[in-house]
Amino acid sequence: MKIDKNTINKIARLSRIKLDDKESEDYIKDLNSILDWVEQLNEVNTENVEPLSNISSSILPQREDISNDTNSSEEILENAPDKLEGFFAVPKVVE
Amino acid sequence: MNNLIKGEKHDWEMVIGLEIHAQVKSNSKLFSSSSTKFGSSPNSQVSLVDAAMPGMLPVINKYCVEQAIKTGVGLNAKINNYSVFDRKNYFYADLPQGYQISQYKYPIVGEGKVTIDFKDGTSKDIRIVRLHLEQDAGKSLHDQNPSKTYVDLNRSGVALMEIVSEPDIRTPDEAGMYISKIRSILMYLDTCDGNMQEGSLRADVNISVRKPGDEYGTRCEIKNLNSIKFIKQAINYEAKRQIEILESGGSIEQNTMLFNTSTGKTRPMRNKEEAHDYRYFPDPDLLPLEISKEEIGKIKSSIPELPDELKNKFIETYKLSNYDASVLTAEKQTSDYFNETINSDPELKNHAKIVVNWITSELFSLLNKNNQDLNNSPVSPENLGQLIKLISTNEISGKIAKDVLEDMFSSGKTARQIVDEKGLQQVTDQGEIAKVIDEVIAENPKIVEQYLAGKDKLLGFFVGQAMKLTKGKANPKMLNDILKQKLNKKN
Repeated sequence: MKIDKNTINKIARLSRIKLDDKESEDYIKDLNSILDWVEQLNEVNTENVEPLSNISSSILPQREDISNDTNSSEEILENAPDKLEGFFAVPKVVE
Repeated sequence: MNNLIKGEKHDWEMVIGLEIHAQVKSNSKLFSSSSTKFGSSPNSQVSLVDAAMPGMLPVINKYCVEQAIKTGVGLNAKINNYSVFDRKNYFYADLPQGYQISQYKYPIVGEGKVTIDFKDGTSKDIRIVRLHLEQDAGKSLHDQNPSKTYVDLNRSGVALMEIVSEPDIRTPDEAGMYISKIRSILMYLDTCDGNMQEGSLRADVNISVRKPGDEYGTRCEIKNLNSIKFIKQAINYEAKRQIEILESGGSIEQNTMLFNTSTGKTRPMRNKEEAHDYRYFPDPDLLPLEISKEEIGKIKSSIPELPDELKNKFIETYKLSNYDASVLTAEKQTSDYFNETINSDPELKNHAKIVVNWITSELFSLLNKNNQDLNNSPVSPENLGQLIKLISTNEISGKIAKDVLEDMFSSGKTARQIVDEKGLQQVTDQGEIAKVIDEVIAENPKIVEQYLAGKDKLLGFFVGQAMKLTKGKANPKMLNDILKQKLNKKN
């Protein structure tokens, strides 16, 4: 698999990142070298080997269903560029 | 039953599948300790995890996992010992993470089925593909400001169970019955509050049409419907729209649609170029979820009686019809009310059908009229039981009982009190009834003549007159019998 200009532009758009031509060239190079390395891993024969999902063999920690009653509003909105009466205000999104 | 829609050249069949989103009834969110309470002030229940602040890590809520397993058992489904949380990537203002934590390839619950019951006594199984756990998104308000959208993240991160059905549904009514059944199961299990108005239970509907026997057609998905009425309306409109396109020689474009509740129409939501590319991958912040057989067994043994079991018990114990029993068990509060009523007096067990009728028609219509709920019914199960006993022992007639129930409903008095106070006891004294009938016959010699000449219908006139004189209290059967006897003697 090779990353080309179309793919890099698509990934950038999905991530809402703006890339100029120079940057996209750089990323194409970077990503392709990562993919080449992954290709190399493909050479290992993994037939009859179960996929490894957990190298630490620890189990998913779980918490009890206890809710805290702190009012988060002020803290959460502290960095918001725009807000109104406790809401985040963002450019209009309508579908 | 004919499930087909008449077309120009041939009939059409709908093929429908539902994705139901049910909010887990829990105190805190799926991956954070924020409260899940509905209707709090905006952004007051948002932890740093929910707001996706850098460095925050999700920790799963054990209770939510148990609720999903419980629900899976209630859907007669396979519980998976191993499941994985994936990131579903998309960009939207009410999703601070930029991805929803969901389950893709390895859901917590696999294949199952639920049964829906029709009025004619038949039933049908709807197969379930899967149930998985995922995060809910925040809420956006679009209509407050011409250039802004306002975002409240209180709901973001609340646990949802997504229940996906096979496309086994064929009519809007079946879709309604299916979601009602799921809602009923969730409420018996107490894993979701079932409140569709508050959005605790909502559905996406996949629908296509085909010539019966053909392959499935191209489907469209109608998003986010939060009432059974809207689900039926949307399906009807969308099916008609698709048939019109196909009959005029066009083809269906696979689309995501929105349903406008005020116009009753669907319209496409996203066009193709913007089609979502979710790029699912396992969330590196979360290890796979492993559940032991012992844990599953423990949860299984804690499951309360479910509507279908209860239904079968009612059919067996009280000889009720399949339909009566399914109406009775559709909501837990109804079956509880029935149980309390019928157990309030040992006599009532022999009159189960009458008990069902008085609950599901008389009491329900009074509750409806007064906009009240069975949970806070002014008539307690014991009091209704007492009323029914008065009917079954012939102390009052069914007709008078209706007035008594209305009185009980508004005054809060017991049936006994009302019947005693107003002297409503049925007249069952042969002599007394005969006396009244003699009076009526003596007063209407002409009509007696007409009756004897063959106008049988006039019997009703005498019954009416006699009832009037007894203020409706004469036992109807005795009145009829004695009346016929007396009139025929005249012959």
